[in-house]
Amino acid sequence: MSIEKDATSVESKGRRYFLIGMTSAASVAGAIGAAVPFVKSWTPSAKARSAGAPKICDISRLRPGEMLAPIPAWRGKPVFVVGRTPDDIRRLENEQDDLADAASEDLDRQPEYARNPWRSRKPELGVYIGICTHLGCSPKYRDDEGDFYCPCHGSRFDLAGRVVKGVPAPDNLDVPPYSYLSDTEIIVGVDDENLAAAPDLDDSTERA
Amino acid sequence: MKPTPRSQAPFGVGSTRGPLTRLVAWVDERFPLTRTIEDHGTKYYAPKNVNFWYLMGALSLVVLVMQLLTGLWLTMSYVPTGDGAFASVEYIMRDVEHGDLIRLAHSTGASALFAVVYLHMFRGLAYGSYRKPRELLWLIGMAIYLVLMAEGFFGYLLPWGNMSYWAGQVIVSLVGAIPFIGEGLMEWVRGDYGISDITLNRFFALHVVALPIALIGLVFVHIVALHHVGSNNPDGIEIKDHKDDKGVPLDGIPFHPYCTVHDFQATVAFLFIFCAIMFFVPEMFGYFLEKPNFEQADPLKTPDVIAPVWYYTPFYSMLRATTFPMFGLDAKFWGLVVMGTAILMPAMLPWLDRSPVKSMRYKGLLSKAMLALLVVSLFVLGYLGTIHTTDLTTAIAQVFTLIYFAYFVLMPWYTRVEKTKTPPERVT
Amino acid sequence: MTKAIVAGMAFLLAGISAQGATTDVELEAMKPNLRDFPSLQRGMTLYVNYCLGCHSLKFQRYERTADDLGIPHDVALGNLVFPGRARPAGMDGAAIGDLMQTAMPLERAKAWFGKPPPDLTMVDRVRGTAWIYNMLKGFYVDPTRPFGVNNRVFENIGMPHVLAGLQGVQRRVEMRPKSLDLLDGLDTLVRKRADGGYAKMATAADDSPATEDRLIRQPLVKYEVDPGTGSMSAAEFDQAAYDIANFLHYVGDPGRLERRQMGVWVLVFLAGLFVLATLLNREYHKDLHER
Repeated sequence: MSIEKDATSVESKGRRYFLIGMTSAASVAGAIGAAVPFVKSWTPSAKARSAGAPKICDISRLRPGEMLAPIPAWRGKPVFVVGRTPDDIRRLENEQDDLADAASEDLDRQPEYARNPWRSRKPELGVYIGICTHLGCSPKYRDDEGDFYCPCHGSRFDLAGRVVKGVPAPDNLDVPPYSYLSDTEIIVGVDDENLAAAPDLDDSTERA
Repeated sequence: MKPTPRSQAPFGVGSTRGPLTRLVAWVDERFPLTRTIEDHGTKYYAPKNVNFWYLMGALSLVVLVMQLLTGLWLTMSYVPTGDGAFASVEYIMRDVEHGDLIRLAHSTGASALFAVVYLHMFRGLAYGSYRKPRELLWLIGMAIYLVLMAEGFFGYLLPWGNMSYWAGQVIVSLVGAIPFIGEGLMEWVRGDYGISDITLNRFFALHVVALPIALIGLVFVHIVALHHVGSNNPDGIEIKDHKDDKGVPLDGIPFHPYCTVHDFQATVAFLFIFCAIMFFVPEMFGYFLEKPNFEQADPLKTPDVIAPVWYYTPFYSMLRATTFPMFGLDAKFWGLVVMGTAILMPAMLPWLDRSPVKSMRYKGLLSKAMLALLVVSLFVLGYLGTIHTTDLTTAIAQVFTLIYFAYFVLMPWYTRVEKTKTPPERVT
Repeated sequence: MTKAIVAGMAFLLAGISAQGATTDVELEAMKPNLRDFPSLQRGMTLYVNYCLGCHSLKFQRYERTADDLGIPHDVALGNLVFPGRARPAGMDGAAIGDLMQTAMPLERAKAWFGKPPPDLTMVDRVRGTAWIYNMLKGFYVDPTRPFGVNNRVFENIGMPHVLAGLQGVQRRVEMRPKSLDLLDGLDTLVRKRADGGYAKMATAADDSPATEDRLIRQPLVKYEVDPGTGSMSAAEFDQAAYDIANFLHYVGDPGRLERRQMGVWVLVFLAGLFVLATLLNREYHKDLHER
């Protein structure tokens, strides 16, 4: 036998297409629903979120002109914590001519409280994500030059993490959200404004 | 899903050279797209009298795909080391977003796959699907079943629970029953003096890489062979014997759309049952996930009852029921032989069945009784395999092991002597 | 008062097989309830205060637990996070996202107890909730044991009765009834029901009928708390044991409740899809009958 295609009447065909449409739509909805767990399982797990929780750094022994060592990590990225001498601070405030973005125009690069010549909460201490904005290498801190130098492609940043003109890196170093717990301790990953609600840490540190 | 004939392609309506038609033509010149769709879908003719039992093949494929997907996702978070395996499963269950769904879908899927495969195999026994010209199709199916058993066993070790560990220990020790080389072979399989990290690592590799590839390959060949010889049906007669002038079997219906919509309906029904188990009773009262497996592997402490998962228990019972030495070889060795033979026995069916008819519908009372006994023995042995042995249960297991083998060994006799009915010319 | 204490306590025939006592003892029924959030919260509080010192829940995180049980993070950090320093992400002191580890050093634990106290994340899935409930209530004075206590369901348990301050001092009292009349004429193993009557026991290691002889030779056992030794009444302590067991039931598989809620919708959806698939299948198969 063979199925005659015209054997089905016109009304039946309409009904058939309606059912096909409905079933297909429902199946697609079901497939999307079934895909949700698979897609969601790729988001940072509770373990990753816990490991990426804010980090407390003891800065009591950090002296001006030095970078905190060993380099602390927050969310798996190196965090550069540098102490600055009054001389450094003066340079940051005055020598801005060869910087690409001296005034921190790119708002995504730092919290609002770090949009100043030092790109930090207090002039004498800078906190930066030590990842070059070019291709992701970690720059070196050069205390003799008073800058950060990326060995991969030669990008340079000043002590406020501002990129100099004429190097491959396009943007300033990121400033993570951070706050002072006391004069000798900072916490990286939490903004002061949210510190009161600190227990709910991941919500407050979603960016960065 | 859309059963639109190509001449009525949605984008090509009213034009014989619509963009879709042209695209298909372009592909057809380079790849047999239309021909493949026709050969395996729209112009593959399935018997019109296929019933419930013929849905199991499609369902097996559905579950296999589900297992591949969930398994792939599990490997993303699983850690195949002795220290990390158990913790990583709990990590998946707790810390990974919706990881519990993926894991439970995989553990429930393992049982579901065996369930539909066993029903699929039962269909083959009942309707004589292993008979000429489908012997090779049957053998490929048996190969799939063997690989599946290995896949299940290797997978069972991975959670590294205490039952995983000891079940692995017991099954690998079976290798040690082989005379002369057993001990050395056992060490070689484990790569250590006991089940260890190293064993876990190689079982993991086999479970997630080697055997899945083998499975996919075998399933592909299985389907190619099926589409070459055509589906059997509950009457056990060939629809290809009666064709119309265009060469289309008179009792055939195009696989697509008629079988696909039916398979789709069955898939949804199956998923309903699957999800009911997975969401509400994923342990299935200890049959899918066993209590001792929620404890980390402990080489110093054996669980009170070592029971494999339900889909192995019939054969495990036969192993335990073999309690006497023969021909100077110890019972342990014969247990292995009995179990191995029992698993391989169905592969012999195409040559054991001497009946003039294929389907149980037309076979005699003896065949029907033997098939019923086979099913009963598998259930009894399956249950006995989950409990402690006593003298009584061992005796019962021995009786039912004999019944199991009788189904196969006596088949050449009882299929010949019994009175059969004549199957109809055309399917009913 | 005494009656209240005795109520709910099981009477058992002595001599129920010494070996494998963990499985053969009849357990008082206990049904966990994952929707009883107050109970789960109390259970967590009790667990953190009385159990977590030794028994870690090393696969479970404070954060997830607090979220699932409806405890705000700051409350959890201030009161439940062990060792309990309310510190955003202290180098010392657990953070909300941490695993519920114990502070006990493994090496010293080995020295104190012979083997380190087991992790209890999965105890519910291995032993069952009712077992935990009965075990928590089952400690009794036994001067022959190193910690001075033994346990009705976990014979020769290697830990002290941590909840003794709440429950009080429980003693195992042997009773020798003078005749079977006391037992309402039941002829098999018996236990006292909560309502004061006696019931047949469903299972026991020794299933030979209890003759008058045997009952007199082998005494009935009941467990009694010395009045005034615990800070909780019997009912309160039952509730506390229930709460801890309930909490451990949650911890055994924290996704359970969410899966059940989700599962209902999945099944409803699939049922709807099945109706559509059935209609579609029927629609197509009309072709085959119309011929």
